[in-house]
Amino acid sequence: MKPVLLDVNLASVSLIFVYAAMAVYTISFLMFVFHIAQATSDKKSVRDSSSRLQRASFFVLGFGALLHGTGVTLRGISAHRVPWANMYEFSISGSFLIVLIFLTALAVKEIRVIAAFVNGFALLVLGTATTTFYVQIKTLMPALQSYWLVIHVTVAVLATAFFNIAAALAVAYLLRDWPWVTSSKSPIAVLIRRLLKAFPDSAKLERLSYRFNVVGFILWSFTLIAGAIWAERAWHRYWGWDTKEVWTFIIWTIFAGYLHANATRGWSGRRSAWLSLVGFAAILFNFTIVNLFFKGLHVYSGLK
Amino acid sequence: MAGSSSPRPSDHIDSEEVTSPDIGFRGWLRWFWRQLTSMRTALFLLLLLAAAAVPGSIYPQRSADPNGVTLYFSNQPELAPWLDRFQFFDVYSSAWFSAIYILLFISLIGCVVPRSLVHARAMVAAPPAPPKTFTRLKAKASFEGSTTTLDEAFAELKARRYRVVRDAKTVSAERGYLRETGNLVFHISLIGLLVAVAIGGGLSYSGQRVLIEGETLVNNLGSYDSFAPGTFFNKDSLTPFTVKLKKFEAVFDLQAVNVGTPTDFRATVVSRVGVNGKPKTSVIRVNDPLELPGANVYLTGNGYAPVLTFRDTNGNVSFSGPVIYLPQDANYTSLGVIKIPDASPKQFGVLSFYYPTVAKLKSGALTSAFPGNVNPAITMSVYVGNLGLDSGMPTNVFSLQVHGLKQVAGGKKHPKVELTKEGQTVELPENLGTVTWDSTKRYASLDVDYNPAQLWIFMFAMLALAGLIVSLLVPRRRVWVRKVSGGFEVGALAKGDDARLEQTVIDLKAKLATKVSKKVQK
Ligand code: HEM
Repeated sequence: MKPVLLDVNLASVSLIFVYAAMAVYTISFLMFVFHIAQATSDKKSVRDSSSRLQRASFFVLGFGALLHGTGVTLRGISAHRVPWANMYEFSISGSFLIVLIFLTALAVKEIRVIAAFVNGFALLVLGTATTTFYVQIKTLMPALQSYWLVIHVTVAVLATAFFNIAAALAVAYLLRDWPWVTSSKSPIAVLIRRLLKAFPDSAKLERLSYRFNVVGFILWSFTLIAGAIWAERAWHRYWGWDTKEVWTFIIWTIFAGYLHANATRGWSGRRSAWLSLVGFAAILFNFTIVNLFFKGLHVYSGLK
Repeated sequence: MAGSSSPRPSDHIDSEEVTSPDIGFRGWLRWFWRQLTSMRTALFLLLLLAAAAVPGSIYPQRSADPNGVTLYFSNQPELAPWLDRFQFFDVYSSAWFSAIYILLFISLIGCVVPRSLVHARAMVAAPPAPPKTFTRLKAKASFEGSTTTLDEAFAELKARRYRVVRDAKTVSAERGYLRETGNLVFHISLIGLLVAVAIGGGLSYSGQRVLIEGETLVNNLGSYDSFAPGTFFNKDSLTPFTVKLKKFEAVFDLQAVNVGTPTDFRATVVSRVGVNGKPKTSVIRVNDPLELPGANVYLTGNGYAPVLTFRDTNGNVSFSGPVIYLPQDANYTSLGVIKIPDASPKQFGVLSFYYPTVAKLKSGALTSAFPGNVNPAITMSVYVGNLGLDSGMPTNVFSLQVHGLKQVAGGKKHPKVELTKEGQTVELPENLGTVTWDSTKRYASLDVDYNPAQLWIFMFAMLALAGLIVSLLVPRRRVWVRKVSGGFEVGALAKGDDARLEQTVIDLKAKLATKVSKKVQK
């Protein structure tokens, strides 16, 4: 195989698009926050005008996603491969998919209100990616030269996106009947109470969160199997308890527990919502701490 | 709902409250079994398993990183033996980790067997009669109909692939039996998966061998540098084959931003299967093993093997051949060890570095600036004295115990022996003779792996995935339509999550109602 030609200039253009997307996401984030404030206002006239603001915010978010997607695509073109071979690329591609899936899932009316959360999360990921994880484009090392990189990683990112939306809904669900929020006179509690008025009722939140977790779990199961198949090709064994394999297993097991909790008397509702948050925390841990500080075969952060 | 014949564990969300245990030993046993096979236990064991897996990612594991364990022992001499006593360096084969998953699987079997029986009966049973009133159902509606409404309801539900029964006043229907089937397939496949993993691990073997260009691996125990057999391994499962490394090539990128990154490793091999097999040439790459009957051959590492010849002052050859140098960094600064017990007048050993592209650091020390063979050089430190090879104790060919030896080249007092060109011969100090760098070969580390259960493992995993998807996405739903005074009512009940439950009732009502009456519609 001849070494591919890396286009460093195009990689810089890609970075500019990513920065532009961050700027636009910042605007849409502020608009969403402002919208929630309007939607929960005591004045009816303010409330009524809020849906126009919400629609405008979605257009801004969509525009940001367009810039974001362009940045991701250019990164891939500049390196002649899929743009998710190191942590920086995984972050920009992953957050793009999260936004994209969220925009698609807007057909489900009840999840529109977590826009600020999803938007804020994507912004945070991009901020970390550009400041902490940034690396120059590189060609793929031989172990990553495989179509399994496309399959395994895409599905892992998709699963993460679904778990992310589910976690946002679980947070809203838990805030709903946290006694401090429901009864305290502290201004923060009052503010949260007001914000929560914009959310669907608890039963609906619980069910939506469950459904997103279900899709996430199916995708994660697939990630696990695809990873084992790839490991057999690249590392001559399908499973070897490498740190990354361990954490993929832990996450899978936590969410299997979550699904059980939903069917166990006394465990559905609050406890299973907590489990879903524990699972999502494990995903973030797996991506950040495990990638950066743990030893193992999956050393692809690209950082020294 | 689903009264006493519920197939589910006693604390399943759909079942009735648990009754207190019977008295007596058998009652106690039954109580214990019911606890073990309850949802709460399964949940607890799952979460415990997740937690128990964590230490294995924190502490180095003997199976994946034996050097890490050795290092841990030397860094933490106090703590390490304690951790070892509790098997923290072998988490995934430890007694406690095994105990958790074995209990989980006993619980799983205890849960799945009775559920399978109940489900098999439910598959042929008629849908249950409706509850006395629909007040407790979440999805329900009333409407006005005609004398043929029940017939229409029957036909409509049938067309929607419900299983339907009717009598004079009611139509009862159920769909989504596949949900439970999928759930059982999923759980049973997990058992199959575990069994296949266990059997496959027992029958498997894994052998490692470093091959220098021109060398041949024969698939028998003596041919491997290291060999890890499974518990039930039997020598007969070594299919006779040979693999000869013809050529090894590595491509490293030269572009400025990417300099030195490997882009391809290719081992060209000639394999023969059986005693008189035809030679077949193939290329092994990192994601692309050679598949032979009864084993796959993987490429796991590579490096340089300079061919060196040592002669004494009379010109007699005391050592000649390729030497495996182990890479120490990404630019293949490589360390080689040569021991020459037959040298005259005295034994000596050599610690040597190979630099594929030699460069000088500011400190004056040498390093390699690029992993490819652009401007290679070799340096040697020479140690004279008893190498300890005659004592009968096994020694590591890749290390030299310099303790007790006298250093005559390299170190603070003496210059190193330096070779800068292939074909060059230089003199060794202290009348030890000469060394010639004849040429440079490459070597490949190959891994030969055999696991007869791999296909089974794959199939159970796919079956589990399919079962899971069906179980989570197919809604299980019961629907009833019945005649009441003043019209009809329709009610529906889901087992588990069902996004379309309410919509089902709305659709049915729209289909069946002759006219929407203001009175009964609430
Ligand atoms: C190896 C251990 C286990 C794993 C990984 C596991 C995983 C899962 C998963 C992912 C689900 C949700 C998908 C589905 O509905 O099919 C599920 C459901 C279920 N599991 Fe397990 N399970 C395990 C052991 C058990 C045990 C021991 C029991 C019996 C106590 C059990 C009983 C159930 C039941 C009844 C459901 C259906 C829940 C519902 O009604 O929605 N599982 N399990």
